[in-house]
Amino acid sequence: MSTEVKTGAAAEAVGQAPDRDGLGPWFSRAVLKNGPLGGLIALVVVMAVLSKDFLNGQNLLNVGVQASVTAILAFGVTFVIVSAGIDLSVGSVAALSATVVAWAATAEGLPVWIAVLLGLAVGVAAGLVSGALVAYGRLPAFIATLAMLSIGRGLALVISGGSPIAFPGSVSSLGDTLGGWLPVPVLVMIAMGLIAALILARTYAGRAMFAIGGNEEAARLSGINVRRRKLVIYALSGLFAAVAGIVLAARLTSAQPQAASGYELDAIAAVVIGGASLSGGSGKASGTLIGALILAVLRNGLNLLSVSAFWQQVATGLVIALAVLLDTLRRRSAR
Amino acid sequence: MTGVNDDVPGGRELLRVEGVTKSFPGVRALDGVDLTLRTGEVHVLLGENGAGKSTLIKMLSGAHRPDDGRILVAGGPDGAHDGPREVHIRSAQDAERLGIATIYQEFNLVPGLTVAENIFLGRQPRTALGLIDKKAMRARAAELLRRVRLDVSPNTPVAELGIARLQMVEIAKALSLGARVLIMDEPTAVLTSEEVETLFGIVRELRDTGVGIIFITHHLDEIGALGDRVTVLRDGRSVQEVPASTDEDELIRLMVGRDIAEQYPRQRPDEPGAPLLRVRGLTRNGTKAGPVFEGIDFEVRAGEVVGLAGLVGAGRTEVVRAIFGVDRYDAGTVEIDGTRLARGDVRAAMRAGLGLVPEDRKGQGLVLDASLQDNLTLARLDRDTRGGLVDRGAQRREAAAVAGQLKVRMSGLAQPARTLSGGNQQKIVIGKWLLADTKLLILDEPTRGIDVGAKVEIYQLINELTASGRAVLMISSDLPEVLGMSDRVLVMSQGRLAGELSAEEATQDAVMELALQSPNGAAEGPKNKNESAMEGSDVH
Repeated sequence: MSTEVKTGAAAEAVGQAPDRDGLGPWFSRAVLKNGPLGGLIALVVVMAVLSKDFLNGQNLLNVGVQASVTAILAFGVTFVIVSAGIDLSVGSVAALSATVVAWAATAEGLPVWIAVLLGLAVGVAAGLVSGALVAYGRLPAFIATLAMLSIGRGLALVISGGSPIAFPGSVSSLGDTLGGWLPVPVLVMIAMGLIAALILARTYAGRAMFAIGGNEEAARLSGINVRRRKLVIYALSGLFAAVAGIVLAARLTSAQPQAASGYELDAIAAVVIGGASLSGGSGKASGTLIGALILAVLRNGLNLLSVSAFWQQVATGLVIALAVLLDTLRRRSAR
Repeated sequence: MTGVNDDVPGGRELLRVEGVTKSFPGVRALDGVDLTLRTGEVHVLLGENGAGKSTLIKMLSGAHRPDDGRILVAGGPDGAHDGPREVHIRSAQDAERLGIATIYQEFNLVPGLTVAENIFLGRQPRTALGLIDKKAMRARAAELLRRVRLDVSPNTPVAELGIARLQMVEIAKALSLGARVLIMDEPTAVLTSEEVETLFGIVRELRDTGVGIIFITHHLDEIGALGDRVTVLRDGRSVQEVPASTDEDELIRLMVGRDIAEQYPRQRPDEPGAPLLRVRGLTRNGTKAGPVFEGIDFEVRAGEVVGLAGLVGAGRTEVVRAIFGVDRYDAGTVEIDGTRLARGDVRAAMRAGLGLVPEDRKGQGLVLDASLQDNLTLARLDRDTRGGLVDRGAQRREAAAVAGQLKVRMSGLAQPARTLSGGNQQKIVIGKWLLADTKLLILDEPTRGIDVGAKVEIYQLINELTASGRAVLMISSDLPEVLGMSDRVLVMSQGRLAGELSAEEATQDAVMELALQSPNGAAEGPKNKNESAMEGSDVH
C-alpha cells in the first residue's frame, strides 16, 4: 500500500516550489518579472526585428492613435473590473454618445459645447442606469450591461436613423494633430489615463472600488455605501465611454451608429492583460494603458508584416491568453 | 523501527514524523518537528498560531511536502505489525491511500448534494450496469451516520445542516475512507459546549476502535478531557511531548515560552459610567418558525464589558448586526448617548461611535488581498479624504501608529492581510475601529481560532479601551472567556434575552441554564437540551 506512493528523492525535488532563476533565457525572465510592461517591450523588440518600418516615429504615433479609443474605454472599464463588476456596454455607449453630439450640433444646430456636454451626459446617464440595475435591481453586472449594450446601440440607430451624421468641425479637430505631428487622440488618451490613475490611487471613489472589489461585505461593514459607490463606478465608465466615442467620431469626422461595435471586448482584454483580476480588488491605469498598447502594437505590427486580418484575430486571441497566463504564473511565483 | 513503548498510552505506532523541516519564501515554517501517533490515542497538537500546526497537518494530508526529514506510516490494516515505513505524501489521494483523513476548519462538502452523496463523493457504489447504486449508498451512509450518532436521513441536503452536523458528516466521510489516522483541525472552535460533548463521545469511540487521532485545539480544558498525549509546537519546532494531564499553566508556558500571569486579565472598573448604548424592544420578524429576535432590552455603560452569551443560533449575531445597521429590524429602538439611531444605516451607526468586529474575520472583516494600510484605514476613508483626494500620507501615519500600538507582527504596512496569522488579522480588524474613534466596540467571537498569546493581547486591549471610557459588547461561545472578561453577562435563548447575570452570579452552570431556557421561561429536560443545541446551530 505504502510502496505505491514511495519514490526517489529526485522526483520529490521536481515538486518543490519552482525555481524561477532556472527558468531559462533572459527574455522570459524579464517578462515574468515585469509583467505587462515586460510583455510590451518584448513585443516591440520582436516587431522591430521583423519589420524595418515598425520602429519609426510616425508609425509609433500611429500605434498611439490606434490604441487611444480602446485605452480610453478600458480606463473606464478598469474602474468596474477593480470593483469586481464587468461592463459590456461601453462600445455601444461610445457610439450613442458620439451620435448624440453629432445630432445635437449638426441636425439641431445647438452650440458645439452644449452638444459635447450632452454627449457626455448621455454616457453618464447610461452608466447610471447600468449601475442602478446592478446596485438596486441586484442584476448581475453581466446581464445589466448586456442589456445596456443593446439599448445603447438601438438608441444610436434610432437617433441617427441608421446613417452616419457629420461631426461638427470644431470637435473633429480632436482627431487631428497638434503642430502637424502630435495626434490629439494620443493626448486625450494620456490625459484620461492620468485622470483614471488619480481616481484609482488617490480618491475616495477609487479606494472604495478596491475595497468593494476585494470584499464587498467587509467594505459595507466598514461604512462604505456600496450601492451608491456602484452608481458612481458605472457612471464613470459611461463617462469614459462617451469621451472615447467622441474621439473615435472625431477621427472619422462623423458619428456612425455602428461604430465601436465589439470594442467592449478589446477594452476588457486590455484591462486583463494589464494585470487586473476579473474577480476584483486589483488593477492599475498604467497596466490598462500597457494592455491597450500591446493590442495596438500587435495589430499594427501584423499589418506591417502583411498578415491577413483573419490571422490577426487568431494572434490577438493567443496574446490575450498568453498575457494572462504569464501574469498568473508571475503572481504564483511571487506568493 | 522501535517497538511498542509501554509507558505511553495507545497501541502500536501508526505514524511517525522525524525531523521534518519546511521553508516558505522568507519564513521557516517547520524546523525539525518530531511527532509519533499510536493506534487508539488522541494526540493533541498544541501551539500558537504560526507555530507550524497547519503546515504540519498539510504535510500529512499531501498539500505540502517536507524540505527535509521523514514521514513514516504503518502498513495497511493487517500490516500494522510491520511497523511504520517511510512514505512520500504527494497528494490528497496519497494521504487517502495511506489511511490519513483530515477534517479542516473549512469543510469540503458540496452544499447542493445530499449527506450520502457527499460521503461517497467520487466513490459512489455502482450497480452491475455501472450506474450509481443509490440504495447501497444510502444504506452504507446510514450505517456511518449511526456510528457518528448523527440523526439525519442520508437524503438530507447538506445545505440544510448546521455546522455541528456538517462536522459529523465530515467524520462519517473519513470513516468511509477507512481512515486509521484522523486529523482534526480545531473541530471545537465553532461548537457549543453541548455539541463539543457529543463530538468528544464520538472521538472516544473512534479511539477505542484503534483509530489514531491528531487533535488540534486552542481550548486547554479540552486537552485533559480528551487527550492522551500532547506535542507542543513553538516557532516551527516541537518543544516537548507531555502527557495530557499536564496542568494548563505549564502547557501555556511551553506554548508561548513564557508565563502568562493570568488567562483573563480583566480589570473591572470601580463603577460603570453613563449609559452609552440603550436598546429597547428590538424585534425582527422571521419566518413562520418565529421571530429572529424579539423584545431585546439592554444597555451598555461607558467603561463596561458586556458579554452576550447563548447557543449558536440563539440570535446574538443577528441582534448586533441590527444594532450596527447592517440588517433591518421591525420594531424597537437603538439609542447612543440618548440619540436614536436610524435603522439599517451603517454609516449613521459609525458616526454615532459604533464599530463591529464581525464573527467571520476573513469573509466580513478584512479585504484579504488589500494591504494592511488599506484595511486599517478603511473605516475612516471619508475622514482621510480632503477635497476629494485621499491623504495617503495621513493614512500611512495612522496605520503605522495603530499597528505599533497593537503590536501587529508584520513585514510592513504594504503586506496583504491574507498573509497574516489569525491573531494578527484580528488585530487589524480591531485596529480599523480604533482608527475610526469607536466609542462602543461590538466584538463577535473575537478570539475564535486565535492562539493563547494573541488572545491575551486582545483581552488587554479590551482593558485599555474600557479604561479610556469606551465600552465593549462581546459575543462569545467560549464560556470561560465570557465569564472571565465580562462585567455583566446577557444570555440569549431562541431569539429572546433569557436573563442577565452580574460578574459574581455568572457561572458556567448559571449561563447554560439560561441559554437552554425555552421561550416560556422553564428550562427543558436533559433530553431536549441536546436537541435544542443541535437545532440552534441549524438555524444559524
